[in-house]
Amino acid sequence: MVAQAAREIRDGERVFVGMRLPLIAFVVAKRTHAPNAIGLFELGVVRDEPAPELLYTMGDNANVAGAVWCARTIDLMGMLQRGDVHAGFIGGAEIDVHGNLNTTAIGDRGHPKVQLPGSGGGADIASLAHRLIVIMPHDRRRLREKVDFVTSPGHGDGRGWRKRAGLPRGGPSVLITTLAVFRFVDGSAVLESAHPGVSVERIRNETGWPLAVAAALRETEPPSTEVLSIIRGYDPQGFWTRRGE
Amino acid sequence: MTSKVTTMRDAVTKHVPDGASVALGCALEPAIPFAFAHELIRQRRRDLHLIGPISDIAFDQLIGAGCVAVVSAAWVGNVSAGLAHAYRRAMEQGIPRPIEVRDHSNFSIAQALLAGALGAPYLPTRSLLGSDIPRANGTFREASDPFSGDALLLIPAITPDVTAIAVQRADEDGNAHLWGPWGVSQEAALAARATIVIADEIVARSVIASDPNRTIVPGTKVTAVVHEPGACHPSPLQGRYRRDHEFFHQYHAATRTPEGFAAWIREWVSEVSDRRAYLAKLGARWGALRDDGVPAALALF
Repeated sequence: MVAQAAREIRDGERVFVGMRLPLIAFVVAKRTHAPNAIGLFELGVVRDEPAPELLYTMGDNANVAGAVWCARTIDLMGMLQRGDVHAGFIGGAEIDVHGNLNTTAIGDRGHPKVQLPGSGGGADIASLAHRLIVIMPHDRRRLREKVDFVTSPGHGDGRGWRKRAGLPRGGPSVLITTLAVFRFVDGSAVLESAHPGVSVERIRNETGWPLAVAAALRETEPPSTEVLSIIRGYDPQGFWTRRGE
Repeated sequence: MTSKVTTMRDAVTKHVPDGASVALGCALEPAIPFAFAHELIRQRRRDLHLIGPISDIAFDQLIGAGCVAVVSAAWVGNVSAGLAHAYRRAMEQGIPRPIEVRDHSNFSIAQALLAGALGAPYLPTRSLLGSDIPRANGTFREASDPFSGDALLLIPAITPDVTAIAVQRADEDGNAHLWGPWGVSQEAALAARATIVIADEIVARSVIASDPNRTIVPGTKVTAVVHEPGACHPSPLQGRYRRDHEFFHQYHAATRTPEGFAAWIREWVSEVSDRRAYLAKLGARWGALRDDGVPAALALF
């Protein structure tokens, strides 16, 4: 997941990095194909080099020391709203076929079955970045026909919805799971690649919407030994990378 | 100039009544004034309206201790460990009491506080259109841009009764230096009716005046100054001490049940008289988190 997420960052892009696995994807991208990518962190940090040690949160001292800008949330969110941010990362508890994400509550919002933490900056990134990269564990209960609450808007009910809703741009471009990679085509998720050793049948069983499969379905490119060694060197205890995510 | 320096106990007694709206945790993950939150719990404040972007576990502790009626926040959880158990219990089971939540995103809470700081009634945004957050929040309004006709969301101003911000250093009048990311701290401090500055160190006015770009809020907007070293543990304070990740993970494991939560609060809040006693209880663990005290370079204007 981390290796594939890193591939989604292009050289020279401004990227809203966020929490958890994307922190590591940014490191991998910077040290391989995207040395000129810029990392933006919504608490008010801009970095042109990744932090030298494993981050548990974007506010760890190591993510601040060596930054090129310490600012306010509103400054970073303003860049996002202006359209200055090429790509953003986000995870979620639930996603639907159009890439709408729920991180607020399972069940009814007023009387939730499971109360989740909420948006953080996720809904803003989903609303305003040019491209959204979604990372989630693959599970039928998470990849659902319809989510209980739309925290972070994806493509709504499909093609053209974002424009009708008044969103200026963007939407999910890719969903990377523990089993597969989906690309959003005309506002709907299409299976683009299956991770090595994972059958389409298994993906179909673990996905809550009728699976659309790309004509040119392929196997997800496995991480190179260089990328694996960057990931293991950065997170040697596997704090983020061995959670089965 | 009269000194505004007081103790945490007095600052909470004098400036935070039951039912107050209180902004804290405004720098997001760093500089969360846990010492302030713990004093609210010790003084058994009730019906508070908490305001903040993410709060890490500070809001969870206040909710679990029964201090809270309303939360306006973008995210309530435990950043490196997962869900917040006390928040879950309050929302799912009404334990220890039901709470009202006004959902925000980090941008919308920043805009609400910025509007408060600007004396503006609201700020327009293009974020959150098509999200269920506006419906769940209940205070936003949809509108169209009078110039272009485009859809907009109007975020009404939030003006907290009290904002508590933790900083590395302040003078006795409350002129406060905060370095590292500011999050929504400045907006929250300027929007509030009363701002409490919690300083790791009290310094002379000349130190503040040597680098006024670092001042997050001028003393003239500050109501009280608390000198409280280590006030943010287990969150970090840039250049002073690091984040105690393990403490967050231990809290997560210990508070899975209401009994576990109560025991945790007894051990780390109720039966600890103040921050000094808390740091003494941390012992060597606290010492290991301290940075070597490389001071920010003095800028000479």
